[in-house]
Amino acid sequence: MGPRLKLFVPLVLFAVLALFLFRGLELDPREMPSALIDNPLPEFTLPSLGQDRLISRNDVVGRVVLLNVWATWCVSCRVEHPYLQVLADRGTPIYGVNYKDDDADALRWLDELGNPYVANIADREGTLGLDLGVYGAPETYLVDAAGVIRYRHVGVVDDRVWRTILEPLYMELNAGAASQ
Amino acid sequence: MNFLRCTLVFALLLVAGRAVAVIETYEFSNPELELRYRQLSTELRCPKCQNQNIADSNAPIAQDLRKLLYQQLEQGASDEEILDYMVARYGEFVRYRPRFSGATAILWLAPALLLLVGLVVAFLTLRSRRGGSALAEQQLSTDEQRQLQTLLDKTEQDS
Repeated sequence: MGPRLKLFVPLVLFAVLALFLFRGLELDPREMPSALIDNPLPEFTLPSLGQDRLISRNDVVGRVVLLNVWATWCVSCRVEHPYLQVLADRGTPIYGVNYKDDDADALRWLDELGNPYVANIADREGTLGLDLGVYGAPETYLVDAAGVIRYRHVGVVDDRVWRTILEPLYMELNAGAASQ
Repeated sequence: MNFLRCTLVFALLLVAGRAVAVIETYEFSNPELELRYRQLSTELRCPKCQNQNIADSNAPIAQDLRKLLYQQLEQGASDEEILDYMVARYGEFVRYRPRFSGATAILWLAPALLLLVGLVVAFLTLRSRRGGSALAEQQLSTDEQRQLQTLLDKTEQDS
């Protein structure tokens, strides 16, 4: 390497570093793929919120569904709630996991804000949340008809997230389920 | 003076009590378990607050994982079993000391590679520098030597 060329070494290093940092701007470290992707939904049998019965994995599995982890203490869940209602009104089956919450608070929330859920799993101790690898609400899981977790979205599901990420997958899974 | 000292100690004790109350304490049936608890809780990463281990974090999820860790240790689970359990749910991400695999190879190998690169660069630089100065000595002709001497003499006179 000639002495002239050597002068460019810092520039090249800078360019490489800048490229990495620039790429880093768009990366969200919280967006981690779930460890359970392509794994079966964990087994559970927990009380059904507001009902005097238990709800288990078999009640949820059978069609393509969304599993939404929420709680009344979760501020973003309140932001997300109206959009879940929109999805439910369009006929998307959504099951709720009421995560580490108080039943009475949760029922009041559903009373006041509307209930987009087919049913709610009362995960008071967070045991299902633990098996799912939940680390904060809201989280939304896309579960296929065979009960396999296909996608996990961390954070609020809004129109953009639904249209760009969840809906295409949801459609694809439904088409797959129909053809079988 | 004695009274002052007593008040001070009392005030400090009040503060200390509060500081400890933030983190829950677990009673272990045997001190070896406590040691492993400390070790594992510093090695497990809090999934929510990504730059803290579960021992340092006060996030609800970290508290849950500490409780779980305690329960599993008391039930006699091995370190490997506990780590597998956590990784199955939260991914390899949850370990501060991840297993060696395709995805983590760069993490494990980068320090050694960088050290190697550094050594090679240092070696090459040192060699070229030594070679360069040796060359310069050889190239100093008698003429140049005389010039240097006059310059040196001049500075001596100036000072």
